[in-house]
Amino acid sequence: MPVVLEVKDLTKIFSLGSLFSRLRIKAVDQISFTVKPAEIFTLAGESGCGKTTTARMILGFEPPTSGEIRYQNRKIEEFQDKKAWFKEVQAVFQNPFETFNPLRKVECYFFETIHNYQLDKEGRKASVLIEEKLQQVGLSLSEIAGKYPGELSGGQLQRASIARSLLTNPFLLVADEPVSMVDASLRMSIVNLFRKLRDSLEVSVIYITHDLATAYYVSDRIGIMFRGNIVETGSVEEVLGKPKHPYTQLLLESIPKPDPQERYKTSITFLEEKEEYLRSGCKFAGRCPEVQEICKQKAPEDISVNGVVVKCHKYIK
Amino acid sequence: MNEVLKAENLQVFYVLETLGEKRIAKAVHGVNLQIPGNEVYGIAGESGCGKTTLLKVLFANIEPPLRAFEGRVYYCVNDKYIDAFSLSAREKRELRWTYISYIPQGSMSAFNPVKKLKVTFLDFLESHVRGKDREELLSLTNHHLKTLGLSPRILDAYPHQLSGGMRQRVAIALSTLLKPRIILADEPTTALDVVAQRAVLQLMQDVQKELQNTIVLVTHDMGIHANIATRMAIMYAGKIMEEGSTEDIFNHPLHPYTQYLIHSLPKIGDKTPRESAPGSPPSLVEPPPGCLFHPRCPQAFPLCSQEVPELVRVNIDHKVACFLRGNNRASCS
Ligand SMILES: Nc1ncnc2c1ncn2[C@@H]1O[C@H](COP(=O)(O)OP(=O)(O)OP(=O)(O)O)[C@@H](O)[C@H]1O
Ligand SMILES: Nc1ncnc2c1ncn2[C@@H]1O[C@H](COP(=O)(O)OP(=O)(O)OP(=O)(O)O)[C@@H](O)[C@H]1O
Ligand code: SF4
Ligand SMILES: [Mg+2]
Ligand SMILES: [Mg+2]
Repeated sequence: MPVVLEVKDLTKIFSLGSLFSRLRIKAVDQISFTVKPAEIFTLAGESGCGKTTTARMILGFEPPTSGEIRYQNRKIEEFQDKKAWFKEVQAVFQNPFETFNPLRKVECYFFETIHNYQLDKEGRKASVLIEEKLQQVGLSLSEIAGKYPGELSGGQLQRASIARSLLTNPFLLVADEPVSMVDASLRMSIVNLFRKLRDSLEVSVIYITHDLATAYYVSDRIGIMFRGNIVETGSVEEVLGKPKHPYTQLLLESIPKPDPQERYKTSITFLEEKEEYLRSGCKFAGRCPEVQEICKQKAPEDISVNGVVVKCHKYIK
Repeated sequence: MNEVLKAENLQVFYVLETLGEKRIAKAVHGVNLQIPGNEVYGIAGESGCGKTTLLKVLFANIEPPLRAFEGRVYYCVNDKYIDAFSLSAREKRELRWTYISYIPQGSMSAFNPVKKLKVTFLDFLESHVRGKDREELLSLTNHHLKTLGLSPRILDAYPHQLSGGMRQRVAIALSTLLKPRIILADEPTTALDVVAQRAVLQLMQDVQKELQNTIVLVTHDMGIHANIATRMAIMYAGKIMEEGSTEDIFNHPLHPYTQYLIHSLPKIGDKTPRESAPGSPPSLVEPPPGCLFHPRCPQAFPLCSQEVPELVRVNIDHKVACFLRGNNRASCS
């Protein structure tokens, strides 16, 4: 089976605090997953669970503490030519207002990318290429021509940022919370775009989000992250349709439903992330409604339940 | 008197001058609101429709390039309505935080990064409470945090040591310290994950129950409104398109825009392709004639592009601005 990206036992440890108190947190703790061609893989989980750290390691911005990342069957450290690599793997970030410098015209970024990768060498004019990519995201060169970031709405700017990442015809797009700053209708236009890229251009996407509704809508498979671990992974229909891990259940139950008859009925405990990261047994034990004695002592191992991999003592017989 | 906050015919625009050319963006365009006491009043609408601007106006904080051309905002203070725009700077200062508080969009990133939260809290209190020393103020703060279920230990933290969700809850705690009658909260849950959102909503609900006051909650997230708002207004391009109880808005939405807002949301368990609304939000500088929604409305008919529908009562407690729901022409825009 061909694989675009394979992540194996990936770990990142950050040391915090002063010289004397050696506080080490495993921001990413031995996670493994694969991304296939023309597949959208979602990494979901609450703030501070290690999503961005994972994305940064995949993009080569952060060295892993241990573990391995293979792109098209080669370790990423083997790619000496960073330019060739970034031609195939592109990133989209959360805040488009940070992606673009407010004092530079948006179109400059497009011409710069074309120039950097010499994309107009193949006999096509830069503006034709730019227009083609902008059309794919529902924009046009005339809409952005001459404009600074502040003159476009957040949604337009985010789509422009995606269009720019498409200039090099990447195989893999790593999108870190691309919709968390935009409202529902723009959200749909962006996730529809990911669907289109997958279905018509066979692009693979790592979609990082905490919005489970759009995750269900666009993705094929999903990994639920909690404090550095992937606690449940499988097809999005299984994981979000029949959640097994108590944390996945909590996440699903916390989505505010657009129906006043379905308000939250129970209240939740909210713990600070450092406290949970440093926990020895299951990191969710402090908030888990189904916690047992063993959960506090021993970290659960992966176990396969109906085609889904879960990290929870409840399923270990 | 039932309303704590009233707004009448607000026409508040951004006046932008670039290279001698004057452009006027009609961000709050003929808004009338009656906000009752003891409610969570939601204001929903797409990005850029004027929600933040409206809150600034309700807070009587209008600074250039924003200018009020018409309209009034009234606060109900000690059973008397007072005109918020005619208050002196001193009078405004006295009402702020004690009568009306404002939690701005992105306030969780606005704490002073080099000060412990304790210092921020005490500085805030010292400038608003007379005749108490730092010890007393600190114990007031500790007590307040405890009633809200937050650990007073967080006072010893620097902002960056706390998660976004915790910082947002601290911002809410700070804004409610002096027990205001009205809290204006701008997107307090946006950019937080669902669990942190839930904790923030829980806190706001606790505050509201405890103080029996009114929270005006602005967010584009319809799920949040459904969860906590008791009444709500739907805003589009600077205007209120529909107003009613949360149940009526979600169970019997009358305006085509509201219907679109509710039905376009993706649901878990459903992968059938959903299209986002055709077209994009209108320009506030050159708004379309007639109903502002008509260029995107699937049910528009000729009258819609010619005349402006007024916000009128169609059911006991439900208002809408749409020609499909009664013959409600306004004489001018
Ligand atoms: N450079 C760093 N130094 C120390 N700790 C870090 C660093 N970067 C991230 N962390 C910590 O690692 C953990 C995981 O952070 P990360 O940014 O990957 O989470 P995330 O899932 O992307 O969260 P969010 O939803 O808030 O973006 C957090 O506790 C964070 O504080
Ligand atoms: N200082 C300003 N100068 C000029 N125009 C402004 C200014 N602030 C806002 N606007 C414009 O006024 C309109 C309303 O903006 P506002 O911030 O009130 O929208 P919003 O509904 O709060 O949007 P969001 O959901 O994105 O926060 C927008 O078109 C915006 O571009
Ligand atoms: S391992 Fe235990 S504490 Fe962790 S999620 Fe499962 S039941 Fe809950
Ligand atoms: Mg992140
Ligand atoms: Mg706003």
